[in-house]
Amino acid sequence: MPSWWPGTRLREAGVVSMNMRNAQYISRYNSRRYYPLVDDKLRTKELALKAGIAVPKLYGVIEIERQIRQLPEMIRYHSEFVVKPVHGSGGNGILVIAGRTKNGFRKSSGVPMSEEALEHHISNILSGMYSLGGTPDRAMIEYRVRFDPIFEPVSFAGVPDIRTIVFKGMPVACMIRLPTRASDGKANLHQGAVGAGVDMATGMAMYGVCRDKLVNDHPDTGHPIRGVHIPEWPTLLETAARCRDLVGLDYLGVDIVLDEDLGPLVLELNARPGLSIQLANHLGLQKRLSAIEQMQSLPESAMERATLAMQMFGHEGGAESLLEAGAGVQKRLF
Amino acid sequence: MKNLHLKLLAFVLTAMGLSLCTYKVMVLGLPLTPDETAEVWRVDARVSFRARGATTAQLYLPLNPPGLSVLDEDFVVGNWGLSLENREPNRQATFATRRASGSQVLYYRITLDAAAQPSEKRTRPSPEYPEDPEFDEPHASAVEALLANVRRESSNTATFTQELLKRLSNPRSDENAALLADDSDSAVAWVDKIREILAGAKIPSRTVWGLPLRDGMMHGVLTPWLEVHNGKEWLAFDPSSGKRGFPENFLVWYVGDEPLMQVDGGRDVAVEFSSALSKIDLVTVAEQRARLKNSRAMEFSLFGLPIQTQNVYRVLLMVPVGALIVVLMRNLVGIKTFGTFMPILIALSFRETGLLWGVLLLILIVAMGLGIRFYLEQLKLLLVPRLASVLIVVVLLMAGTSLISHKLGLDLGLSVALFPMVILAMVIERMSLSWEEVGPREAFKQGGGSLLVAILGYFAMSSEWLGHMIFLFPELLLVLLAFTLLMGRYSGYRLSEFWRFRAMLIGAPK
Repeated sequence: MPSWWPGTRLREAGVVSMNMRNAQYISRYNSRRYYPLVDDKLRTKELALKAGIAVPKLYGVIEIERQIRQLPEMIRYHSEFVVKPVHGSGGNGILVIAGRTKNGFRKSSGVPMSEEALEHHISNILSGMYSLGGTPDRAMIEYRVRFDPIFEPVSFAGVPDIRTIVFKGMPVACMIRLPTRASDGKANLHQGAVGAGVDMATGMAMYGVCRDKLVNDHPDTGHPIRGVHIPEWPTLLETAARCRDLVGLDYLGVDIVLDEDLGPLVLELNARPGLSIQLANHLGLQKRLSAIEQMQSLPESAMERATLAMQMFGHEGGAESLLEAGAGVQKRLF
Repeated sequence: MKNLHLKLLAFVLTAMGLSLCTYKVMVLGLPLTPDETAEVWRVDARVSFRARGATTAQLYLPLNPPGLSVLDEDFVVGNWGLSLENREPNRQATFATRRASGSQVLYYRITLDAAAQPSEKRTRPSPEYPEDPEFDEPHASAVEALLANVRRESSNTATFTQELLKRLSNPRSDENAALLADDSDSAVAWVDKIREILAGAKIPSRTVWGLPLRDGMMHGVLTPWLEVHNGKEWLAFDPSSGKRGFPENFLVWYVGDEPLMQVDGGRDVAVEFSSALSKIDLVTVAEQRARLKNSRAMEFSLFGLPIQTQNVYRVLLMVPVGALIVVLMRNLVGIKTFGTFMPILIALSFRETGLLWGVLLLILIVAMGLGIRFYLEQLKLLLVPRLASVLIVVVLLMAGTSLISHKLGLDLGLSVALFPMVILAMVIERMSLSWEEVGPREAFKQGGGSLLVAILGYFAMSSEWLGHMIFLFPELLLVLLAFTLLMGRYSGYRLSEFWRFRAMLIGAPK
């Protein structure tokens, strides 16, 4: 291939393509029998709780149409909650209720919603409208995260979350997904949310990408994204690393939210994490992934793996060669 | 090597597919383009006679004629019973009836491949040595002298016969020959005379009756030909010139001295031959050739199926081509579609409706369906009843479109009924979902992508040449499978990813 061919240049930058992700990472490293552990969010939650990883508290599960009547009972003591399809994908079907009104509820975007509309939404979830393959599903009702105020200036009507790619238990790259007006409060990049690359060494946001374009400030709040710092960064990375042991998937996307009171909570795990994280970090993942593939052995404990990842992949700036990063690590360590 | 197993598998599949295909083209002569034709001879034998009461008629028929291959045979015998019997080197048809009255006409038609075939050696039956003929003087001594001369100038049976015929056909060169040649009249008598002379040299011979084929021949008759046995096989000679072999386009009908037709209980027996060259599908010829060669390759050909089933497979076999288009569009180009194989089904219906009408009708139905689907959304229906309602609306819309276009005199609108309505309902449902969840932009992007893939699929699947190739060489699907398997491990970039990751092509941000 000639050097002007975009494919050549993307390969040089180590950008993982969709085909490469599927053929070389997901199909090789993710055993299909573990998929149910992450596709079923209730099982993920259960596993996480057993391992002592914090997750949003579950208020109740609605399995059949009749149980929708028990909804008021489930949420009697909660004016804020989230309704999710147990087998949902890509954030579809997630409804965030931020409070009550006289006749019903108020969505996180501020739009009121009648009780009947909420019940219809749950009924849609049950009939499988949002589940993979359209099979009948269950709806779970859980704690609505009150996100850490440090994200307040850079998010609009929604909960920002932190997506980490964990490869063979090693955190590889990380981005903060910041909801915008365009994304309707959802932290979904292809719906218009901002993805902000994060320096693996420090947990500092570097810059954002919104609809494939580089942005320095949040499009709605106008606040600069650079400099937003994720608190308890090592703990967060360790949590992400531990999730690998939870479900046995070697190419894993971990979504974590930072709760004001409860700290990092694991929202969900993803066996087929997207590729936008490369854009947010302006970094092809392939070099990092093959560096891990070539390592003889990886540390046992999640803590050590997180520390190693911080050393290996921490940097200031954009794409770098691993050797340079290695040198940088030496400098920082000593 | 990476993916060695997969590459081997793909290689084996490709090799199997291509070698079978090559065999069919090279050996059986299957055509690589759909409109190739082959020339065939159609030869009719018209048998007529008068009969009264119980009658049996026997007619010699060609059996493995040298240099020509039989593609087809047909009898028109009315209420006569027919039985066929092989008696090497001849074949005889027996027609029988208990009650015949007046003039009878029977037909026999044989279709032959006009392309020259290598003829097999004619060995059977092995002859006995002929008895010494008795000639009157002065013929006896003339034959003796002639044979002695010929023997001197020949080395074996073939050259002997050739030399003899040369002398007999050119009497001026040899006075003995001149004496023997002068009183011969008909061609049959001439062949008989030659055979008698040959018997004098202890050379077994026989008369072969053949039909010289000509395009547009109306009242042809059988011509006698000479065959001699050289101890191993029968060799043919032109009785008048001594040339070796049968001439081109000479259909050997039967061998022997008996008449072509014998009728027991009839009279005024006449057999007339007509022949014509005509063109037929090369495929049919190839099929017959394969049968003659006892090749198994064509036994499993789709031409063996009933016509209706064949037509079904003509369509079905194109589906993999559509699937290939989907694979290419998805994994190489990166076009998003509603449902993986939905565009193929749409493309199949485009084949029936025609492209322009198909696209227009599809857009019309989907647009109207979407409008109604948005209205239904307000009613907060359960999923399956809602899907069913959309389906019912789609059917109503299709019926309405057909009715209105029929009233307007546009019969093309009737073909809307060929759209897969369940698929349409699903398209409408999915489109409205992505419209609401992600926005109209995404919905149009995926809708347009689906339409584009469907149109491309239509062009691929309605290609006459591709259809011909896949139907004649279904083993090419193995090659297609191999390619698809390899695509399954393709890990390069999709074209759309050049756009998606275009930010990565510029330098790092500060």
